[in-house]
Amino acid sequence: MDLFKKIKSIVTPFDMINVDTDQIVPKQFLKLVQKTGFGKFLFYNWRYDKNEKPVSDFILNDRKYQNSQIFITGENFGCGSSREHAVWALQDFGFGVIIAPSFADIFYSNCFKNGLLPIKLDSQIVAKLMKSTSEIEVDLENQTIKTESETISFEIDPYKKKILLEGLDDIALTFQYEDKIADFEKKSTVPSVL
Amino acid sequence: MSKTLFEKIWDSHVVVEKEDGPSLLYIDRHLVHEVTSPQAFEGLRINHRKVRRPDLTIATMDHNVPTNDRKLSIIDQTSAIQIQALEKNCKDFGINLFDINSPYQGIVHVIGPQLGITLPGTTIVCGDSHTSTQGAFGALAFGIGTSEVEHVLSSQTLWLEKLKPFEIRVEGKRKNPFAVTAKDIILSIIKNIGTGGGTGTVIEYRGQGITDLSMEQRMTICNMSVEAGARAGLIIPDEKTFDYLRGRKYTPKNYEELVEVWKNELKSDSDAKFEKTFTLHIDDIAPQVSWGTNPGMTTNVTDSVPFPEDYAKGDKGQQKGAEQALQYMDLKPGTPITDITIDRVFIGSCTNARLEDLIEASRVVKGKKVSEKVRAMVVPGSQMVKKQAEEIGLDKIFKDANFEWRESGCSMCLGMNPDILAPGERCASTSNRNFEGRQGAGGRTHLVSPVMAAAAAIAGRFVDVREMELN
Repeated sequence: MDLFKKIKSIVTPFDMINVDTDQIVPKQFLKLVQKTGFGKFLFYNWRYDKNEKPVSDFILNDRKYQNSQIFITGENFGCGSSREHAVWALQDFGFGVIIAPSFADIFYSNCFKNGLLPIKLDSQIVAKLMKSTSEIEVDLENQTIKTESETISFEIDPYKKKILLEGLDDIALTFQYEDKIADFEKKSTVPSVL
Repeated sequence: MSKTLFEKIWDSHVVVEKEDGPSLLYIDRHLVHEVTSPQAFEGLRINHRKVRRPDLTIATMDHNVPTNDRKLSIIDQTSAIQIQALEKNCKDFGINLFDINSPYQGIVHVIGPQLGITLPGTTIVCGDSHTSTQGAFGALAFGIGTSEVEHVLSSQTLWLEKLKPFEIRVEGKRKNPFAVTAKDIILSIIKNIGTGGGTGTVIEYRGQGITDLSMEQRMTICNMSVEAGARAGLIIPDEKTFDYLRGRKYTPKNYEELVEVWKNELKSDSDAKFEKTFTLHIDDIAPQVSWGTNPGMTTNVTDSVPFPEDYAKGDKGQQKGAEQALQYMDLKPGTPITDITIDRVFIGSCTNARLEDLIEASRVVKGKKVSEKVRAMVVPGSQMVKKQAEEIGLDKIFKDANFEWRESGCSMCLGMNPDILAPGERCASTSNRNFEGRQGAGGRTHLVSPVMAAAAAIAGRFVDVREMELN
């Protein structure tokens, strides 16, 4: 996993609530067996018409946002299916930060496994940031978002922050607790399903 | 200190606890399917890791599998590759796989309980959000992403922030339990608390409205916990739970001893504290039909499609969502639900494709014919459900009425196999998600119970199944 560095870019304002992972990556693209190349499927059914031509007024087709790395949206983003492909698609498309008033649990957890930073902010602040047309800077180390006029701080779990900043492999971290896992297993009596 | 059932299961599975931040939780059961696992197995290979506990892991193929003749080869090459990948991964890593030809194949959340893999008091995960289904047995069962699948495969543990317990009380007695089902109870709950109402929580369903339900009906309730935003839903196990699991393929040998322990231990203490509480009274609830593009956009069959401003109650985001939903669904506000005609009917999915669901639906269908304008199909939740249904003649009832009778799988719940809606087609579906394009790009999904779906198939439009005459 790549280290999370400061991200400075304009924002892509995606003003919708309850965006589900079926929209982020439609099911016809879940059949791949690798993690790469999902960016072209991001919001596919909204991005392309039935003749597979780009929908001109869909925001991700607007050239103005083509270098944006910060996606801002409404509450309950990423609800529905557990598909991690949603995170792979957002990232592969070029986003490094997703800002919303709230996220669905599995999506939120999937973000950290891949180096994508989800930031929860009060809905009024989200609404204000959505209108921002100049670049903003997201600084994970200091937990701040700098706009032209102000600095907004955000909360994040210290363990999750460390994972992103240091690009840690959390399976390797878990293996440090091998003794404790083995001790637990000595007491466990759940029968085999072999 | 008094605890909820969720907290008891959590505490008994913590391997490492940290002051702040997540705990390392031991996982008793890991179910694997073909769509969310290939990248996880690839990760194991790249890092030269093995599966720590193949004896606690089980796999089946359900999302991609065609539901027509099992002897035919899979036409969709990408589906075939994913299915072959699971076969190879299970072989290489020593995991027990119920493949496409196994009599135990089926939707992963349907076969878990049927095989006695699902046990009270255990932690169960699967790379699928509807793992919550298995909470009906008093287990902590939840969906995870592919990276977490890799983590569980390699360590049999998971880092998890402690969730909050959410009490949902279902009080009262349904006047017509045949027509007003568990599906109508859970849709009513989601309609009230919203699709984000349970975020960050584990729901415990309690009250007479829950204890009255059979195990299969309880699974329908817990299944859709995730549609209310909750990571999991669970129900305190009782005699119905213990009876259901007795004598199944993987039921433990010392089962009766375990039952005695579970009876004492697996309940919430009477003074346990919940983070929040919601109560639904079910005496007068009606059959439910969804009209929009998330499961909270649901109303009574006796009502009309709402006006977005009435639905939103002043919330601009909700209003915009409702307007977009009505446009996608091609519905006008004020249209009575029973005026909505349909093209397709799907009776299936991990929500509603167990034996009882099919028995109830068959009572509506018996001696009648599917409307000429409708194409209807039944996709049993597992090969075991299919076999049991055929033994009591349900296949004949459905086929005589012109329903298609299929092999088991997820099928048109998410349309990863050839069972999809054409653009613009409208479907009465017993599945769990009415998201845009879920059952096929441009397809329109209305979520209903199996009896409501069966009634709609016959009438060609939504009807109140309470008014339907049964043969």
